[in-house]
Amino acid sequence: MEKNQYKGWLYLLPAALFLAAFLVYPLVDVFVYSMEEGYNFASQTSFGVGTYNFSYVLHDPYFLQAVKNTFTMVIITVPLSTGIALLISVGLSSITPLKKLFQTIYFLPYVTNTLAVGLVFMVLFKKTAYSDGLVNLLINWFGGESVDFIDGPHAAKMFVMCLYVIWVVMPFKILLLTSAIASVNPNYYNAARVDGTSSFRIFYKITLPMISPTLFYLIITGFIGAFKEYGNAVALFGTDLNAAEMNTIVGYVYDMLYGDSGGYPSYASAAAIILFFIVLTITYLNLTVSKKHTYY
Amino acid sequence: MVQSENLEHQRTKKFRAALMAKRGITYAGLGVWALMVLFPFYWMLLTSVKSYGEYNAEYVPKFYAGSPTLQNYLDAFNSVPLGRYLLNTLLFTVITTAIMLAVVTLAAYGFARLSFPGKDLVFTCFLALMMIPNELVVITNFVTITNFHLRNTYTGLILPSVTSVFYIYLLKENFAQVPDALYYAAKVDGTSDLRYLWKVMIPICRPTLITVGILKVIECWNSYVWPRLITDEEAYFLVSNGIQEIRENGFGRENVPAMMAAVVVISVPLVVLFLIFREKIMEGVSRGGTKG
Amino acid sequence: MKVQLENLTKIFPNRNKKVGGDVIAVDHFSFEVPDGELVGLLGPSGCGKSTALFLICGLQKPTEGKIFFGDLDVTKLPPEERGVGVVFQNYALYPHLSVLQNITFPLENLKGEEKLTKEQMKEKAYEAAKLVQIEELMERKPSELSGGQQQRVAIARALVKRPKVLLLDEPLSNLDARLRLQTREEIRRIQQETGITTIFVTHDQEEAMSITDRIVVMKNGRVHQIGKPQEVYDDPVDLFVAKFLGTPPINVFDGRVQAGKLCIGGEEVLDVPGVSDQELTVAIRPEGFLLDEKGSFSCQLSRVEVMGRDVSVISTHECCQGGTVRSIIQAENKVDLAKKQVRFTLKKAKVLLFQKDTGERIRF
Repeated sequence: MEKNQYKGWLYLLPAALFLAAFLVYPLVDVFVYSMEEGYNFASQTSFGVGTYNFSYVLHDPYFLQAVKNTFTMVIITVPLSTGIALLISVGLSSITPLKKLFQTIYFLPYVTNTLAVGLVFMVLFKKTAYSDGLVNLLINWFGGESVDFIDGPHAAKMFVMCLYVIWVVMPFKILLLTSAIASVNPNYYNAARVDGTSSFRIFYKITLPMISPTLFYLIITGFIGAFKEYGNAVALFGTDLNAAEMNTIVGYVYDMLYGDSGGYPSYASAAAIILFFIVLTITYLNLTVSKKHTYY
Repeated sequence: MVQSENLEHQRTKKFRAALMAKRGITYAGLGVWALMVLFPFYWMLLTSVKSYGEYNAEYVPKFYAGSPTLQNYLDAFNSVPLGRYLLNTLLFTVITTAIMLAVVTLAAYGFARLSFPGKDLVFTCFLALMMIPNELVVITNFVTITNFHLRNTYTGLILPSVTSVFYIYLLKENFAQVPDALYYAAKVDGTSDLRYLWKVMIPICRPTLITVGILKVIECWNSYVWPRLITDEEAYFLVSNGIQEIRENGFGRENVPAMMAAVVVISVPLVVLFLIFREKIMEGVSRGGTKG
Repeated sequence: MKVQLENLTKIFPNRNKKVGGDVIAVDHFSFEVPDGELVGLLGPSGCGKSTALFLICGLQKPTEGKIFFGDLDVTKLPPEERGVGVVFQNYALYPHLSVLQNITFPLENLKGEEKLTKEQMKEKAYEAAKLVQIEELMERKPSELSGGQQQRVAIARALVKRPKVLLLDEPLSNLDARLRLQTREEIRRIQQETGITTIFVTHDQEEAMSITDRIVVMKNGRVHQIGKPQEVYDDPVDLFVAKFLGTPPINVFDGRVQAGKLCIGGEEVLDVPGVSDQELTVAIRPEGFLLDEKGSFSCQLSRVEVMGRDVSVISTHECCQGGTVRSIIQAENKVDLAKKQVRFTLKKAKVLLFQKDTGERIRF
């Protein structure tokens, strides 16, 4: 039992090798790339070392567009999805019949291929030569003008984007909040009810503080996830996101790396590092706020 | 006396009415969201059985199919290599999940059960790796795989995703819950570490392993970014890339029903998996899910 | 098989760097278990008795010292080559395996010539199961068994390889009082039937005293006394052993010796010829008190607990460590509860004297 001390390392070896090759080395390398100016992918040579890549990225209108899009989306989707998920979870926790059914339905988006279902959203919102699409017909029915949500004004596209992102992230939030609410000790509720506390007060004074750790966890992961949004944009607007003015920061990174506009790993690295620091800052702020407001 | 009873009765009635109203609003709200979730699924199923002509003739789309047809499904498999995409994805998912389970189980066992110098330090380092976002490392990985000429190969697709620090952590916690005494008992009988892992640890921790496996399957089936970077030959496309390809180049012009048929085909496996392992998946995601 | 320990020492490096210093779990432990005996390692928790057990079975390697099974030095042998069977404290049954699979598990590890066929394994498993009387439970899972049944399965699993030495770690601690009584008889029976040298670890002195041929009293990794249970009880080498053995526990007083007389408080209670004048610790077994109105030892009476055959007289004395004096007298002796005082004479053999500082025994 005390012999074979090195056998332990053997068990870790595969994991350690993979992590070193695909996580640790790249992490170092990405900083190297970001500092290498004029890196040529074909010849793998560069002119020198400096911060030009960052300055290029920060002046690139596509990048600025991507940053704007990403921030808009984060600001809209994170509070909305968390808020709606909270409402739904509270509703879900208050009912008994059909609860399982609702839970199952609500979870469905989690297991769907978001690239594929994005196409359904596109079809629903898209205005084509044949039809204005179901959503526009609804708008018309209420007396509004048709809008092309997929190829039309930026605000309309942003609306579809946010809607789809919320649709996609809801299952996770509902699931976690529902189980957090379920795990609150019913004795607290009973005690409050004996005291004649109103149900809103019970929610505000008991449920909310008790589930605050989960809530903050969801907000933090929600921010991180939303900042890394990419696939859902592709699902709705296709791979050429710059043309659609709907690119995100992660999309910008990939576009710089690969595809028609690709071949610039240095710019991609610089953009990825900028994103990383944005996320780090936001997460830090979130943690600071949550520390003040969490009861645990 | 009678009066007060009456008052009491009225009060209860009022209270009950308020309760019913509240319940009604709750169900209505929950119903609306359920509809929002289900409608896209309904629409894709509906559209997938409308014929091309029927779909394009409807300026106002109908909520039912006049003459349902499976022609779109045939088109989806015949005019684009959807079968190929599915097979690729299946292979990719199965192989990646299997290798990952092996790698992760060994590492978790190493951390949980064996003692060797530097273990705590290494574990801390592993945990620190959890914070590295994928976006930072994908660039170099892309370059690495390209330099090794592994683009458009299964190896290139699979290699970077066969470890997960998070799953190592999750499994290690589970392994650590197995009482030490079982290990001692096995050791007294001369059981080797590997046999103990295989005969005792894995059977006891099977629920967690299944959870981890299912989560990985979902992740693999839906993965898009890495496969897109690594494959540009259609023969190696996974479903996510395939559906993008279909959208941009498939079926000639705007054959929405066929596209929807493809979407249905891609979505069905995971939905079925979900309906079978509902409890396991939901429990697993609430313990270890990250999407959202 | 005779088991012999020589200077066995186990030192654990201290994990907590701030405190520093290593932990000596077992400190120069030497003793010999004659073939076929049942020996109890007895001591409070943390005294190193479990470590000693782990050293004997080979799960841990000693820092120093040697272990012999018969004439064979097994110190460096891995557990499976020592021929030991171990029953762990919580039985350590594999929860996912049936009783039969649990019992055959050790046999499946055998390699080479020792390798058994499925039928042979099953046969051996049933043999072991029969010995502990669980043949009808073979297809159940451990979770479907009571604590006592799990215990038997664990013993069967330990016996299935016909070990030369059987080790039991707190075998009764997880059972309720009634089962404990029953199971310890069972262990005794199995041990006598098989004649396997058995060492068991316990913190419960009653358990150890009742079934063992010999007990080893340990504290802080050191052996305090080895001997037959009754000998150790009657003739402890120091205050720790005296206090550790016996229920109800021994009564301890501050006393002193003056001119060959033992004094507790103001009273001269006993003649102790040959003991020099000094302050010392006096320990009196509960059964060492005889109710006697003219007795030389007086206590303040608190209450009387009737236990059937015996009566417990609970009283207080200002020199008593811990406050209450518990004495056991026969039920026919009537205690007058109206009186505030109760007087005893002391049985000389039940009065033990110890050094005040070291706790060493002073014989007289």
